[in-house]
Amino acid sequence: MIKTLGFQSPRKTDIPDKPAPGQKPIVDIEDVWVCYDGKWVLKSIYLKCFEGEILGIVGPNGGGKSTLLKVILGLIEPLKGKVLLFGQKPDKKSRLNVGYLPQLSKAEQSFPVTALDVVLMGLCQQMKLFSRFGKKQKALALQKLDRVGMADHAAKPFGTLSGGQQQRVHIARALASEPSLLVLDEPSTGIDSVGQEDFYILLANLRDSQNISAIMVSHDIGMITSHTNRVACLNRHIHYHDDTDPSFESDDHHKIFGKDLKVMVHDPRCVSCMMRHKDDD
Amino acid sequence: MMTEWIELSFMQNALAAGAMLSIALAVVSCFVVLRKFSFVGVGISHSAFGGVALGALIGMPPTLSAIIFAVVVANAIGFVGNQKRLSADTAIGIFFSLAMALGVIFIGLSTNYNVDLFGYLFGNILAITHQDIIGIAILGSFVITSIWLLFKELLFVAFDNEVAHVSGLPVVFLDHFFLTILALTVVISMKIVGIVLVSALLVIPGAAAAQVTDRYSSMFAVSIGVALFSTTGGLWISYYADLASGATIVTLASIIFFIFFGIGRFLK
Repeated sequence: MIKTLGFQSPRKTDIPDKPAPGQKPIVDIEDVWVCYDGKWVLKSIYLKCFEGEILGIVGPNGGGKSTLLKVILGLIEPLKGKVLLFGQKPDKKSRLNVGYLPQLSKAEQSFPVTALDVVLMGLCQQMKLFSRFGKKQKALALQKLDRVGMADHAAKPFGTLSGGQQQRVHIARALASEPSLLVLDEPSTGIDSVGQEDFYILLANLRDSQNISAIMVSHDIGMITSHTNRVACLNRHIHYHDDTDPSFESDDHHKIFGKDLKVMVHDPRCVSCMMRHKDDD
Repeated sequence: MMTEWIELSFMQNALAAGAMLSIALAVVSCFVVLRKFSFVGVGISHSAFGGVALGALIGMPPTLSAIIFAVVVANAIGFVGNQKRLSADTAIGIFFSLAMALGVIFIGLSTNYNVDLFGYLFGNILAITHQDIIGIAILGSFVITSIWLLFKELLFVAFDNEVAHVSGLPVVFLDHFFLTILALTVVISMKIVGIVLVSALLVIPGAAAAQVTDRYSSMFAVSIGVALFSTTGGLWISYYADLASGATIVTLASIIFFIFFGIGRFLK
């Protein structure tokens, strides 16, 4: 079942992501503001992700989704606000607990590595400097590939795999560091619908069997709503720039999100936005 | 017979130096191709010219001043490229022309005509001394050994810079390290290939190998083969056809690239 986060009635003032008893947020973002070259990319963002959940963040391209992920990972320092990753400021150490999957890039398609090589890269961090991959690492990498159902493709060149298979290999690489959180940027880009289905089932599988949480961003609302525990919306354009523009409710909204918007029953304003309006008042 | 060239001592020097730097160039070129650093290679190699000219002006060994210049410019390119305020492309364009401009100014100021600037620009195998060979051997083995030691990290960063960073690898250090290695490789190749043409050998062996391989291990092996074949073959042709060595080596390497490009299209 889908519970929507951040699409509650704007009159409701409490932040609606109530934790279940004893459940701690692994990601906790409060009132985060990010500015790029004098433009606000993120304005007053509130977000929580709890252990064992798959949190989807939807929004249009350029809406600040990738930036938000980088804030969570501590790669971008917000101008203002609090970011906690596993209860502490995100840094090199807390990041070790996170498996990051960027968008599939075209550059990787011709890179001369096998699926197994890619997974081995995930083991680099745990190994000593100057050391080389041995039998132990290869067995471990193969085990991770097996975990995502890609063991048969271990020796294949990475570029010859399908988009869905490449994403699985990326997951296997992320799993190599035994993360408790996966952060995924547009995971469905370049994957056909069957591959997407399998991919999301794999994520749910990892959550259920190993309690690995996931935060993923996508512009693909349909896909993300049917495969996540909760959904948050992020659109700095609508929420953050056009306060005075009354037309956004109709025109811009459909232009940006597309007609698919109707699949979700919600108010287009998200929690962080509500909080901001409250602050402004 | 076509073997007399081997007996000439300057040719022996050139061959020894060429073989050593082929391996360094080949290994580095694979990373240059994988990281799409071709233009970085052009920028760094041309900046070495400023260093050579400075050496001529202040009476410093040109190789030493070239190392300093190239390493500084390489790291400056890396630094600016990491700031994200300027694109690396712009940074290269600026530093590269600045170093060349300084080079021209230094030459103008210089009264020392003993330094063969033309030889540094286009390569002069007659100028290779025993000292040069020792220098190439030391720097070349440093380049190869350090890449060998940091291979898995460099490969990860080349494959996926962002994920490597998130997973805790010292990406910025590795970038600067690789750029420094690139600069050293340029400097040791100056005398044989020349500053103007060395950037070709920082790309072609790796690029040719990439056409016909889909594993990094075979890519590096083929790249070394291409570089060795083009330098020795190029030196041989240049001797008998009385052509400039650097230009002959680069032309031969390019021909090999086009052949591999055709084979690669056929294979894939």
